[in-house]
Amino acid sequence: MTPSARPALAWIAAATTALGMLATAAAPALAASSVPAASTPAPSTSTAPTAAAGTQADPLDSPRWEDMRKSFFADATVVFDERVRVSGPAVAEDSLNVPVSVDASGLPAVEELIVFADFNPIVKALRFEPGAAQPRLGFRIKLQQSSPVRAAARTADGVWHVGGAWVTATGGGCTLPSVGSGSPEWQERLNEVNGKLWPRVDGGERLRMRIIHPMDTGLAAGIPAFHIEDIVITDAEGRTLSRIQPLEPVSENPSFTLDLRAAAPGARLHVAGRDNNGNRIDAWVTR
Amino acid sequence: MSRSASSAPALHRRPAVRALRSLLAGLLFALCTLLAISPPVHAEDFDYRLQPRELAPGAWVVVGLKEDFSFANGGNIVNTGFIVGSEGVIVIDTGSSKRYGEQMLAAIRRVTPLPIVLVVNTHQHPDHFLGNQAFPRATLAALPETIAAIRSEGEGFNANMYRLNGDWMRDTEVVVPERALAAGRQRIGGRDVELRALGGHTVADLVVIDHDSGTVYAADLLFHDRTPTTPHADIARWLAALDTLEGLPARRWVPGHGEPATDLAPLRQTRDYLGWLAQTIRAGAESGQDMTELFQTPIPPRFAGLALVNEEFRRSVVHLFPAAERAVLEAARAKASR
Ligand SMILES: [Zn+2]
Repeated sequence: MTPSARPALAWIAAATTALGMLATAAAPALAASSVPAASTPAPSTSTAPTAAAGTQADPLDSPRWEDMRKSFFADATVVFDERVRVSGPAVAEDSLNVPVSVDASGLPAVEELIVFADFNPIVKALRFEPGAAQPRLGFRIKLQQSSPVRAAARTADGVWHVGGAWVTATGGGCTLPSVGSGSPEWQERLNEVNGKLWPRVDGGERLRMRIIHPMDTGLAAGIPAFHIEDIVITDAEGRTLSRIQPLEPVSENPSFTLDLRAAAPGARLHVAGRDNNGNRIDAWVTR
Repeated sequence: MSRSASSAPALHRRPAVRALRSLLAGLLFALCTLLAISPPVHAEDFDYRLQPRELAPGAWVVVGLKEDFSFANGGNIVNTGFIVGSEGVIVIDTGSSKRYGEQMLAAIRRVTPLPIVLVVNTHQHPDHFLGNQAFPRATLAALPETIAAIRSEGEGFNANMYRLNGDWMRDTEVVVPERALAAGRQRIGGRDVELRALGGHTVADLVVIDHDSGTVYAADLLFHDRTPTTPHADIARWLAALDTLEGLPARRWVPGHGEPATDLAPLRQTRDYLGWLAQTIRAGAESGQDMTELFQTPIPPRFAGLALVNEEFRRSVVHLFPAAERAVLEAARAKASR
C-alpha cells in the first residue's frame, strides 16, 4: 500500500511561489464555496449574447471561470455544452501524468479545440486543430492541484462550446518524482517519435505516439521552459491532416492518441514539428 | 523510420537540475507538512484499538481494515505482526504512524515483557515503516534496497500520509532502518526464523517465515479480499515471487492486507488478479487503446469480492500502462526503421 508516490514536484515550481500555490492547493473546494460565483463584475460590453456562458452558471462552479472566459474567449460566444466531453480520473494518481481525453465529436465542424485547467499555474495545456482527424484527443497533463480540466471546441460559426470535469489531485504536490530526463539518454533521443498506426473498424486510422521530451514548465527555479510547441501530421503525399500545439502543462515524454477519419494512404503518416528552442521533430509512423 | 530529428547536441540547457530538484523537494516537503496539519479530527482519542491475535503459539498478527487511508481510520489499514520467542520479540512492520508504532508496542507489552530484538520493515511503503519511531533504533532492519528507498522516498510518503490521515500522523518522522538484512535461516530471540528476499510488489519484499509455527508473514506480496496495489510493482517478478511462496512449507499465511488464512486463498487471489491486470494492460497497449479508454475496462465478476477493486484498477492503469505503451510504440518504431 502507498499513497500516490510521485506527484508534482518539478511542476510545483519555484520555491518563492510555492507557498501561495500550495495554500490554494490545500483547499480548492473551500475556495470554490467561499467565493461568490457572481463576484466578478460583468463584462462591460453589452453585446454578449444571452445564451452565452457569461450568463450561464459554470457547471463546474469554479471561481476561476470568469477569468478563464475573459482570457480565452473575450467577446466571442461561449456556451457550456455537454457534447464536449472531458474524461480523466476523478482523482489523479500521478499528478505529473494525469490522463485526459477530450471528445467534441458530437459537434458539427469543429475547427479548433483548446484544453485548459483553471487552477494550473500555466492554465492552457494545448491547442488542437483536428482537420482530417476526429475532434478528439488523448494525452496526459501535469496538475498542480485539484482543478477543472476543460476543453473548448470552436465550431465553424465561431461559437465556443465548453465542457469539462473536476480532477482531484489529492496525491499531488509534495514528493520527488523520479524524472528520467535527469539521465543523459534524453539528450540523444530528444524529439524521437515512437508511434504506431492502427486501422479502425470505421475505416479511419488511429495514431498513437510518444515523443521524447522533458516538457519543462519553466516554473522550477533555474529550469527554463522547454517544451514541444508544434506537431503537424501529414500524409504520404504531403497533405496536412492535423495539428497539435502542446504547452508546458503537457506531461514529460508526451503521448497522444488521435483518430483520423480516413485510412492513411500507404499506411504511413509523417510527424513534423519543433520545440520552443527550435529542435526539430521529423519522423514517419507506420502500422 | 526516420530518426528523430533533431539536432546537434547543442541542446540548449539544463545541467544542475537534479540538485535543484532535491533542494526544492526538501523545501516543499516542509511547506506541505506545515499546511497539512489542519484537517478536522474524527477520532478524538487517536486510539487505533489494536487487537493482536495469536494465530499459533508465539505467532501474532494485528489485522488492519480493508480500506484506503483516511482521516477516519488514521492509516490502520495494514497488517503488522510479531513473533514471541523464548528470549525476545521479532516485530514485522511498524504501521502507518508514530501513534501506531507506540500503540503496537503497548499491545506487545500486554502480551510479553521480553525485549524487542529485531524490527523489520518488509518493504518501502509508508504504512509498513512509519511507526519505526516507537522502537529502539538499533533493532530496525530491512533489505538494502528497502533501506535505500525509505531514505530517498520516505519524506515524500510521510508528507502524503499527513494529508491522507490528518492528525493521526502528528509528530511522525521517518526513521530509516540502519541494519541491512540478508536472507537466511537463523535463531532470533530463541525462535527458528527464516528471512526470504523477494520482490515484485516493490523493489524488495521481505518475507518472514516462523518455522516453529509454520507461519509465513508474506507482507504485501499477498493481499486477501483486498485489491493488490501497484505503485512500485513489477508484475512479472511479483508472479515469480508467488510461485516461490507457494513452494514454502506453510501452515498459515499472513498477507499484508486482509485476513490471515490457513490455505492458499490469498496467494491464488493475488496471482489471479495480477495475471488479469497485466494481461489487460498489455492487450490495451497492443490494441492501441488510450489510457482513459482502458479505465473503462469491465472488471470480471470474480474480482467483485476484492475491496476497492474499481479504484485500484484505475490506479494500476496509471502505474503500469506507460511502460506497456512505451514497449509497444518503441517496438513499432524499431520495426519501421528496418
Ligand atoms: Zn505495499
